[in-house]
Amino acid sequence: MSFSRKRAHSFAVPLLVGLALAAMPHPAIAHVEQGQAAGFLTGLRHPWSGLDHVLAMIAVGLWGAQLGNPALWLLPVTFPMMMSLGAVMGLIGMGLPGVEVGIALSSLLLGGMVMGEVRPKLAVAVLLVGFFAIFHGHAHGTELPRGQSGLLYSMGFVIATGCLHGMGIGIGLVHRWPAGRLALRGAGAFIAGMGLFFLARALT
Amino acid sequence: MALCVGVLLRPSDAAAHLVTTGMGPVYDGIGHLLLTPEDLVPVLALALFAGLRGAAQGRRAMFLLPLIWLAGGLIGLRVTAAPAFPVPAFSFLILGGLVAADLRLPANGVAVLAVVLGLVHGVLNGAALRQGAGGLGLLGIMAALFVLVALASAFVVSLERPWARIAVRVAGSWVAASGLLLLGWSLR
Repeated sequence: MSFSRKRAHSFAVPLLVGLALAAMPHPAIAHVEQGQAAGFLTGLRHPWSGLDHVLAMIAVGLWGAQLGNPALWLLPVTFPMMMSLGAVMGLIGMGLPGVEVGIALSSLLLGGMVMGEVRPKLAVAVLLVGFFAIFHGHAHGTELPRGQSGLLYSMGFVIATGCLHGMGIGIGLVHRWPAGRLALRGAGAFIAGMGLFFLARALT
Repeated sequence: MALCVGVLLRPSDAAAHLVTTGMGPVYDGIGHLLLTPEDLVPVLALALFAGLRGAAQGRRAMFLLPLIWLAGGLIGLRVTAAPAFPVPAFSFLILGGLVAADLRLPANGVAVLAVVLGLVHGVLNGAALRQGAGGLGLLGIMAALFVLVALASAFVVSLERPWARIAVRVAGSWVAASGLLLLGWSLR
């Protein structure tokens, strides 16, 4: 793919906006949530426990909205399923190297996809989302403390994840307007910038 | 079916979780179903799947599931132990997965699913109700099952817009994901 000056310029604005936002000081919100897996509300709260998780899940919704049907619903279906698989791996003690790096990369790459309005083949998009979902799930699975109601926790957890995707899709509907498309790419740049920040933290 | 029976023969401690509504054993049974996600969610998933397959399949599930559940429950009333097998996790996973995939099974596929679900969960319910509402509680569960499956499957059948069916499939994927997570929880 060759970049014309016009295309490079169209990249520059959202990239600069995103980097500017990402450069603002943020508290380091690593997802270390210690507490009791006591029920539905606890499960509902858990996906919100880390900004890195939240941004990646919203990015999935944004990208799905950009890509349109069937990715619009297929990506938000793939993520919770693969995330649960990753959580199972974490729950049974199966190791996964570079979890934090994988989580950071998910924000970076998915944000980058949104920023660049990248349109790969559906299978590639699904594979990418599914791959990163495993890292998110593994992180959640290893930090789930023993609780009383695994079922209610699981349901709350999955529903919250789905709702975050839904938020991304809802925001992504601005894609139908030219200004909205630019805003969406700016949001992607912001998420990618935050992914860089998370990656730097994960590597230090 | 044989695998099901084999699983049921493997005992562990029975963990009853009774619901007392104060309005009698029939309402206790209704309350038991409505307040037990391990049973309620697979029932709803089956109803959604039956609805996706059409009105005829929905009707089949509506009548078959309560009857088989009652039969399983009567067996369960005489069982002193419950299987160690994580039944709800697999019910969530299989039924949720079928809804998400919108899989086209053979003509009697929904009926087979209703029989297996009714039998397995019926036995578990019966075991749970031994010291509580008993047989009358099972009647309450039957009634609740009939109404739930009728409403849920009819709702899905009535959906005309493509995005509405997709929303049902997304709900199915959530059920399957919850089942997978629950399976991991039980293996921990």
